[in-house]
Amino acid sequence: MTTPPLQRTSATFLGMPAFPKAARAALADTQQRRNLAHATATIRAKRAAVVGEVEDWEGLRVAGAAAKDDALHHLAERLEQLEANLTARGATVHWARDAEEANRIVVDLVRDRGAEEVVKVKSMVTQEIELNEALEEAGVSAWETDLAELIVQLGHDRPSHILVPAIHRNRAEIREIFLREMAAVGRPAPADLTDEPARLAEAARLHLREKFLRAKVAISGANFAVADTGTLVVVESEGNGRMCLTLPETLISVVGIEKVVPTFDDLATFLQLLPRSSTGERMNPYTSMWTGVAEGDGPQDVHVVLLDNGRTAALADPDGREALRCIRCSACLNVCPVYERTGGHAYGSVYPGPIGAILNPLLRGTGSDVDASLPYASSLCGACFEACPVRIDIPSLLVRLRSRVVDQSSRRSPEALAMRAAAWTFADHRRFEAAQRAATTGGRLLGGRTVRTVPGLGAWAQARDVPTPPRETFRQWWARTHDDEETT
Amino acid sequence: MTDRHAAREEILARIDAATADIAAGVPREIPPQPRTVSTADLDPELMLEFVGALVDYRARVVVRPPEEVAEAVAEVLAEARSVVVPAGLDRSWLSLLEHVEIREDEALSPAELDTVDAVVTAARVGIASTGTIVLDHAPDQGRRAITLVPDHHVCVIRVEQVVADVPDAVSLLDPTRPLTWISGPSATSDIELNRVEGVHGPRTLDVVIVADED
Ligand code: SF4
Repeated sequence: MTTPPLQRTSATFLGMPAFPKAARAALADTQQRRNLAHATATIRAKRAAVVGEVEDWEGLRVAGAAAKDDALHHLAERLEQLEANLTARGATVHWARDAEEANRIVVDLVRDRGAEEVVKVKSMVTQEIELNEALEEAGVSAWETDLAELIVQLGHDRPSHILVPAIHRNRAEIREIFLREMAAVGRPAPADLTDEPARLAEAARLHLREKFLRAKVAISGANFAVADTGTLVVVESEGNGRMCLTLPETLISVVGIEKVVPTFDDLATFLQLLPRSSTGERMNPYTSMWTGVAEGDGPQDVHVVLLDNGRTAALADPDGREALRCIRCSACLNVCPVYERTGGHAYGSVYPGPIGAILNPLLRGTGSDVDASLPYASSLCGACFEACPVRIDIPSLLVRLRSRVVDQSSRRSPEALAMRAAAWTFADHRRFEAAQRAATTGGRLLGGRTVRTVPGLGAWAQARDVPTPPRETFRQWWARTHDDEETT
Repeated sequence: MTDRHAAREEILARIDAATADIAAGVPREIPPQPRTVSTADLDPELMLEFVGALVDYRARVVVRPPEEVAEAVAEVLAEARSVVVPAGLDRSWLSLLEHVEIREDEALSPAELDTVDAVVTAARVGIASTGTIVLDHAPDQGRRAITLVPDHHVCVIRVEQVVADVPDAVSLLDPTRPLTWISGPSATSDIELNRVEGVHGPRTLDVVIVADED
């Protein structure tokens, strides 16, 4: 048996520091820590309340896991069934082995239709394959239409959370980004824009509406793809998804092959599990389902790109394949003490948090430092397993991946072994402070300038402005100004 | 074409190899799902649950007997100057609308829909436990675009269309139709987790529940 190829770690993420280093930088960012602590605590409380309303939550979790396992265990069959149903309903199905092939298919479709721009529904899979970059290279503007994704895109930034990708930005920053960037790409933000959330949302509404009304091509992902009917499902809140799925003439959906569920009835399970786990709501404001082409209603030119990109490699791993059950609800992020402190950027991937810590090494292997360090980005407290609606045993998987990394590192660079230091650093506040002090040394050298590039931070730092590291930590300052002695 | 075919064959072969350790044909054990569809028509508690969940989502809700639907529709549309309606809508619901331009949807373009204040539709099914209304875009609900672009959606649903839970609704739906599940107005929590209504979809959702008084 030949092993299926892994996903290539993209250039953007290859340049990223391994988790311990990235986490150190993130930990120094107090604004992000405050935002994250607030966000995760809020969503966690809401989730607990609505999960408590369901009579047999455990039964639902078991049903969800069983449906996903069935689809994964008979994946070839399910995909062929999905394809047959989609084709029978007027959709065109494409298959893509890797990111490059998927991007080429989408770019060709867009070009063939003569479109110079596309509107996009928030989709992690298109981030994974870096579709926006591929479109831009082909001269096509790709507009993100989810509010948070718009903030991230206009801010020349990367998402940091599955569900609330711009959680690392506060309202004042968002106002500045809108005022500074909107005019260059469409309708400008109103000059008297305040930082009130309602005003900011209104500015986004007006900015994007002109794009929705004229768009000829839309690109989406899918939360679920139903094998026995050919139905695709997109779950969202803002209505930007409905706009993209309904108004343009052409709809292209990029769907990871692990998104398939066996039957339409299974949606009953997932539509209870997903919103309650994700946003802590009984139901999200909007869910759209479509099965190929609906005559006279919505896009009449419908394409589905089924993507592998490392998924078959994860599937071939009997220990790891259960990670493919993930429905990207983000519940595991919100309960993770490590994620809460470091934020999403530190994971070096579009899939952050506990699920990212197992999914990325499975999809990409542990060949790069960033992927080799991820299994250590956890305190193994078990909260993620408890929260997971499809019962992925993340802690056990992490332990198994760790031993794999250690086996590998005895043959690799000695520094790979040092990755274990991350867990060790997190375990004790004094060690952490020592690490933080080491990080501020950079601040002394740079003075007060804002840095765009930090040696060693590579592409990660170029993706966003790194706050200038403080010249000294609070503790150092206290020690200096109070008893002239550095504490350890 | 050949490229597409090659990719398909290769992915399917990779999957076959990846799942070779799994005994073929293991029957799937589907845990039983509740399938006794009870409606709010028979169970007043379901009705209360439905209204409560809708209100939680900041939908505006009124409950009226059949002969007062037109009155309710006119009340919630007091501010509107124009309204779009699907071809199959019960016209009696619109009989008390005054000073409102009524446009039947004849494949209006998105830009045309953007000039309309409101939309009135029927619904396919309501879900009590979640406060959700599902449209299947039959002739009394119209194309997906008409309930999306105007800023105000008035949705009329009969109490006997309301079911207890999500599985009940799924079992009633026809997957070959486009389906839109709506729970409250459009909303975002992307800015410091503050909830803001009406980002891209309708800012206001009025639900008129039609129930006999007794
Ligand atoms: S691993 Fe589980 S909890 Fe985490 S995002 Fe996926 S489904 Fe949600």
